[in-house]
Amino acid sequence: MGVQKSTVIFAWILLLPAVLYVMAIVAYPLVDTFILSFTDASLRKTTNWVGWINYEKIFNATFAEVIFRTFIWTFFSVSIKMIIGTFGATMLNAAVPGRALFRLLTMPPWIVPMAIGIFMWGWMYNGQFGMISGLLQRFGLVNGPVAFLAYGSTAFWATIITDVWIGVPLVTIYFLAAIQSIPKDLYEAAWTDGAGRFYRFRRITLPLMVPAIITMSMLSLIATFNSFDIIWILTQGGPSGQTTTMIIDTYQTAIGSKKYGEGAARAVLICIFLSLFCFAYFRVTRRLNPEKRA
Amino acid sequence: MSSPAMIDRYSWWEIVLIYCGIALFLAFVLSPFVEGFLVSLKPLSQLFSSPYRFWPENGSFEAYRTMWVSVPGFGRYIFNSFFISIIVTVIVLCLVIPAAYAFARFEFRGMGILLGAFLTVNMFSGAVLLIPLFRLMRSMGVLNTYLAMIVPGVAFLIPSAIWLLRTYMIRIPQELNEAAYMDGASHFYTLRRVILPIAMPGIIVVAITTFIGAYAQQFIFALTFNSKTEYMPLPVGLFAYFGKQEVIWNELMAASFVGILPAMIVIFFLQRYLVGGLTAGAVKQ
Repeated sequence: MGVQKSTVIFAWILLLPAVLYVMAIVAYPLVDTFILSFTDASLRKTTNWVGWINYEKIFNATFAEVIFRTFIWTFFSVSIKMIIGTFGATMLNAAVPGRALFRLLTMPPWIVPMAIGIFMWGWMYNGQFGMISGLLQRFGLVNGPVAFLAYGSTAFWATIITDVWIGVPLVTIYFLAAIQSIPKDLYEAAWTDGAGRFYRFRRITLPLMVPAIITMSMLSLIATFNSFDIIWILTQGGPSGQTTTMIIDTYQTAIGSKKYGEGAARAVLICIFLSLFCFAYFRVTRRLNPEKRA
Repeated sequence: MSSPAMIDRYSWWEIVLIYCGIALFLAFVLSPFVEGFLVSLKPLSQLFSSPYRFWPENGSFEAYRTMWVSVPGFGRYIFNSFFISIIVTVIVLCLVIPAAYAFARFEFRGMGILLGAFLTVNMFSGAVLLIPLFRLMRSMGVLNTYLAMIVPGVAFLIPSAIWLLRTYMIRIPQELNEAAYMDGASHFYTLRRVILPIAMPGIIVVAITTFIGAYAQQFIFALTFNSKTEYMPLPVGLFAYFGKQEVIWNELMAASFVGILPAMIVIFFLQRYLVGGLTAGAVKQ
């Protein structure tokens, strides 16, 4: 047993630095957020315990709207990412000349610093001179400029499209990998039976991609729910709050207005939602491969 | 006559359809870059004139020269961005390589819970914990230094790096460890001399994804924890092109391309590892 024990100790020595680091910078702030949410902490020096007041303040019509909007925003962004990712992966899987180059060309939105990609979209959405408005006018589809970021409804969709654009490369590559791991003989068997290409896609590729699609949509859901940079750079939550999601609202309250206590209560609410997502994720992935632990 | 290769034989209209599909997909992915590049070639007067013109008229690389003059600190922003990302990547690798190895090779009580905990951490973005992190950085006295962006940056990149590298290391045959132990090698020696060289492609993938992640994070941490221009990273530094009256779009786009070029070159040469590694790491089922 002596060997066993030294092995366990060695394993812990390897783990400890990473564990301690994450505990200090993530776990401790999590606890601190929870405590802060019961205080009236702000820029003022004094901090008082206020109980549930911050939480009571949250539950009003405006915030209910913010929560609702966050979910709608996340839902559409994730769904569109999955659809475009599936389409892209299928196209890039086809054995045509230039395939390697096309795969490489999907990467840029994921590789470049997010903020730079968002600046580029900011220009594309520019009403007076941007490309989208410009081309729409050119082809006579609209009369006069369309300032996408100036109106609530268009700004809402504009931020979603940008989020989709940033997420698509990773989803596509992941789905491409999933398609390639499907055993070739399944296709060959179907082919010998005279099944057409579309039939093979619908009956073999798509069903066998389901686990990958579920896993990726869970991961994407969490990332999208947390999305900050895109909305902040494009609209800062405007116009008149029409793109304000929970993350943006929390940032505005805590960092913008320096109401740390109220912001912390919002952050706790986000943590609760995220924990529910995590729980669902673990349940789903465990069901997808039952023989695997963790 | 059913040979496997014949499955992938397309008729001419199928090939046309596939290329149209790829073109549509790549148009969505690449259009901001194309437009951004064209904008960087146009003089400002042409940008702000109707009707809209897609192609630049007497385009030039003028903006690539003037951008250095109108925002004098620009070179510094690029340096800061790379400096922060490299330091973050090095620290993450130092912490993650041993941890991933422990998760991949040893069975011990609480391992499953610990792995799950790391995955959970992965789901909290820095944005949620900004308030306590701000207080923490303030009490550590590192606000407005490089450390204000490095310290939290490392923490949020550790979990996904551990998961990615662990998936990679699990597939290294256990027999290699046993052979090394038979020869009397210690745990530490085995890790350093046997496992590390084999895991190199996986480590490179983790290094690249961490570097990209570090670059992406800089926006929110720099926005909140740093107000000094000398430590400003590129994503926030680019706001310098937002003038009082209007945004100097052509220089902003030129600066964006100059800022991402070095990273693109590095990734272009390493993309072989990247696609292979992500593919291997992604599909575990």
